[in-house]
Amino acid sequence: MINSSSDNVKKLNSINRRMFITGSLKFFIMIGIISRLFFLQVKENKKYLTLSDKNRIREWKLAPVRGEFHDYFGNVIAGNFEAYQLHVIPEQVDDFRYVIYRIKDLLELSDKEFKKVIKKKNEIKSWETLIVSDNLSWQKFSKINNHLYDLNGVKPVISISRNYPYKENFTHLLGYVSQANQNDIERTDSIKKNFVPGLKVGKVGLEKTFEEKLIGTNDIERYEVNAYGRRINQLEFQKGKKGKTLRLTVDTEVQKLANDLLKEKAGSICVMDIYTGAVIAMHSSPSFDPNLFVFGISKDDWQLIRNDPMKPLVNKTLQGNYSPGSTIKPIVALSALENGIINTNFTVKCTGKTEMYDQTYHCWKKKGHGFVSLRNAMKQSCDTYFYEIARKLGVDKLSETAKKFGLGEKVFRDLFDIEKKGLIPNTQWKKNALGKGWLLGETIITGIGQGYIQTTPIQLCLMTAQIANGGYKIYPHIVAGDEAKNKPDDYYTPLYENSKNMRIIKDAMFGSTNEVMGTSYRSRIDDPEYQFAGKTGTAQVKKITERERELDLKTFEIPYEQRDHALYIAFGPYKNPRYALSVIVEHGGNGSTTAAPMATKLFKLIIDRHKIREAMNDKKYLEI
Amino acid sequence: MYQHTRLTTNRLGFFQKFRNFDYILLFCILILGFISLATMYSTDGGEVLFHTRSHFVKLIVFTFMMLIISFINIKFWFSIGYLTYLAVIGLLIATYLFGITSSGSQRWINLYFINLQPSELMKVFIILCLAKYFHRMKIENVNSIYTILTSLIIIVLPMGLVIVQPDLGTSVLIGISGIAVLWFAGINHKYFIYTVLGFVISLPFIIAFLKPYQKLRVLTFLNPDRDPLGAGYQIIQSKIAVGSGGIFGKGFLKGTQSYLEFLPEKHTDFIFTLFSEEFGFVGSALLLVIYAIIIYRIIAIGASCRSYFAKIFCYSFGVAIFVFITINMSMVLGLLPIVGSPLPIMSYGGSSMLATMIGFGIVMSARVHNQQIIA
Repeated sequence: MINSSSDNVKKLNSINRRMFITGSLKFFIMIGIISRLFFLQVKENKKYLTLSDKNRIREWKLAPVRGEFHDYFGNVIAGNFEAYQLHVIPEQVDDFRYVIYRIKDLLELSDKEFKKVIKKKNEIKSWETLIVSDNLSWQKFSKINNHLYDLNGVKPVISISRNYPYKENFTHLLGYVSQANQNDIERTDSIKKNFVPGLKVGKVGLEKTFEEKLIGTNDIERYEVNAYGRRINQLEFQKGKKGKTLRLTVDTEVQKLANDLLKEKAGSICVMDIYTGAVIAMHSSPSFDPNLFVFGISKDDWQLIRNDPMKPLVNKTLQGNYSPGSTIKPIVALSALENGIINTNFTVKCTGKTEMYDQTYHCWKKKGHGFVSLRNAMKQSCDTYFYEIARKLGVDKLSETAKKFGLGEKVFRDLFDIEKKGLIPNTQWKKNALGKGWLLGETIITGIGQGYIQTTPIQLCLMTAQIANGGYKIYPHIVAGDEAKNKPDDYYTPLYENSKNMRIIKDAMFGSTNEVMGTSYRSRIDDPEYQFAGKTGTAQVKKITERERELDLKTFEIPYEQRDHALYIAFGPYKNPRYALSVIVEHGGNGSTTAAPMATKLFKLIIDRHKIREAMNDKKYLEI
Repeated sequence: MYQHTRLTTNRLGFFQKFRNFDYILLFCILILGFISLATMYSTDGGEVLFHTRSHFVKLIVFTFMMLIISFINIKFWFSIGYLTYLAVIGLLIATYLFGITSSGSQRWINLYFINLQPSELMKVFIILCLAKYFHRMKIENVNSIYTILTSLIIIVLPMGLVIVQPDLGTSVLIGISGIAVLWFAGINHKYFIYTVLGFVISLPFIIAFLKPYQKLRVLTFLNPDRDPLGAGYQIIQSKIAVGSGGIFGKGFLKGTQSYLEFLPEKHTDFIFTLFSEEFGFVGSALLLVIYAIIIYRIIAIGASCRSYFAKIFCYSFGVAIFVFITINMSMVLGLLPIVGSPLPIMSYGGSSMLATMIGFGIVMSARVHNQQIIA
């Protein structure tokens, strides 16, 4: 008994001692867990709260509403329209097969389109939106709406999309929008920032240039999602900003006329305000409907545009490098006058052809013009006269004057990335570019705008404008209000040495249009209100052989690609000039028969529109 | 002589037994049951669905069972110590042979009216068995080779049967329960030190023998970010849930991590995470305090018991409950690798609750019959 109880005491001592050790251990472990909790929940709370929100909140961006383009008078030339679309969320459909076949019947989808939809469906998650059709006609849209009762899970949606109401009229100026690709996203930050699948961005033209301003900002929907990415409920809707609307200086009426005049022809028409540099119209033909690109152009349409021999994809106004032909003559004459090579009394005898440096140079008039002075030579576009003064002037001095008047340089600077510089050759250029010395014969043909010299239609228009305004530097612009913001220092500085020379040139151009024997006499307008002065040009596409010269073929007898380009530059009204234009018709034959008559029609409209334009300005001031 | 007289007068009436109840312990268990019910309601997304209903039924049934156990004399529990152990071993063998396989391990056995996880029961019955084994042992025999070997076999046998299921977590917990008894029985402390040293040294070899998924768990524990969407997902999401709870929590039924299904296993092993997210640091600390009171009461009951068997059972069960709680919490707080171990009472799961309630019942019985001497 004693033994057993002492054993018990010993055992009890041991167990109590060990209980104490265990108890203390438990206490410290408990403290450890509490401090861990404290660390996670109190100290690091912010970090984990952020992580938890990152888990549960997801943003959905919606495509931003693109800014519009307006013409000078506020007409929408690139706007937005409501596109009727059909969306399906596969998981909300009880019987997907039934519904999709039903839709196929209702929309009369072709097998190809149908396969595309099925493929798209397999690529997305079941709770994501499947866009069955992105641009339905009203008829089909209402048909679907009528059948909604047995199409559950199908959502007819109205979405905002780009629309060009004037179709092909502004295509080259505005460009077009289409789905953004990887390149667009990498190139432009604003596209990257606002990107959503199916976002449409500017591909060329002003749509591309002003992407940053036009794009706007996304609507943002914030949803709470579960671990599988399914939306549980909407937390917030943040309305985005519509892109900026840009008002252009162009006049839709003039633009439409330009489009009509050049229908079925390849070429370009530009009209410009000679004092402000505001572009009134700028058209390149043939054009195409930019609306085709908004939802992705079909293969057939694309092939049609791409393979057109008249090259509708080329913006001829900015990208077309043409020999200016006789339209360069005002500059040649001006250069000769400015440099004191000739005066108004200087005469040359034109016999139809002239021998210089073992080469025969022909005047366009076989019989010759006889004795011609500067004014007559301009009026009748006598080539011989200009051969002679170009020879005397030399190409370097000529190129100096030409460059002063805006040739050989981008007219819009960085506004259009596609714009070409043209080429104003001089001796230095040839040495650098071709590694050969300049030949005198080359100077002679440069005098009538042939040879190396190349200009774009917009350059010719700017040149004409600067002659018309009396020889002052202007900077063309398209966006209204742009000129005030960044007026360069040399804006409206004189480009001439002697203003008398400018008057001589303008007078000679007046003669060319309004006097008998003038090359564009037949296109004149006698009413002084509309009266204009101009200069024709006919640019050879290929060298004329002796045989062809003898044949003296009519334009329609020559194959299309070999016909001459027809050019015309003009400004008007002659008294108090305000507008300058350039017309180029590719392979149009003769400047005086093809291009100049277009100017007549254009000036009639431009000058009528001028009053409305002025009234618009006055009204603007009154409102202030 | 005095003892003898006490022995004869020791037959307690029904109301005396009621008086002897530890009401603090009972109250804490009921509170815990209520909290677990509310949490389960939250895991069901604020509706009374399957888990809540099932948990509620189990809670009611097992609480009554605990009360019944506590009314039965501790002598009875002493007498069936070996029998229950052998019965559970039998169930483990049956599980090994005919068990139900679920998510890659064979842990459950179908007893027609209930799917039982015998390994959970073993956590308690191993304590009962070993407590009985050491009850009558003379102090000088405790450290004999024979005793140590026998007790080690008693521990290792169920561990082995559980490890083959495979269920490393439960196996370790069974081992810890058994070792707790050995510790209180007075086995020389140097053995424990040697074992710990031996374990540390052999750790690299043990890792080499681990199954790939177990190795992954260890690696994930060491660096949860190495595979945030795969193996590290659970622990990262669990930490986010706990951490985002803050001081006062996101509010009842407002735990975004759980109701948006970012939390894995939220009914069972990660129930504390959900609780912690919704009730914050304050709530979690309160829960820990309740557990601490329960453990304290178990130890206090052990201290008040006259019989060595009751004492050793209470102390060991106290340690076991403490270890279950700490391992579960450390796991969800990212302090330990993920091993399957439920939080007593809180976690969904009948077997775990059954075992815990049996344990509480025996402790309560020890309290009611604390003057009982077991010869």
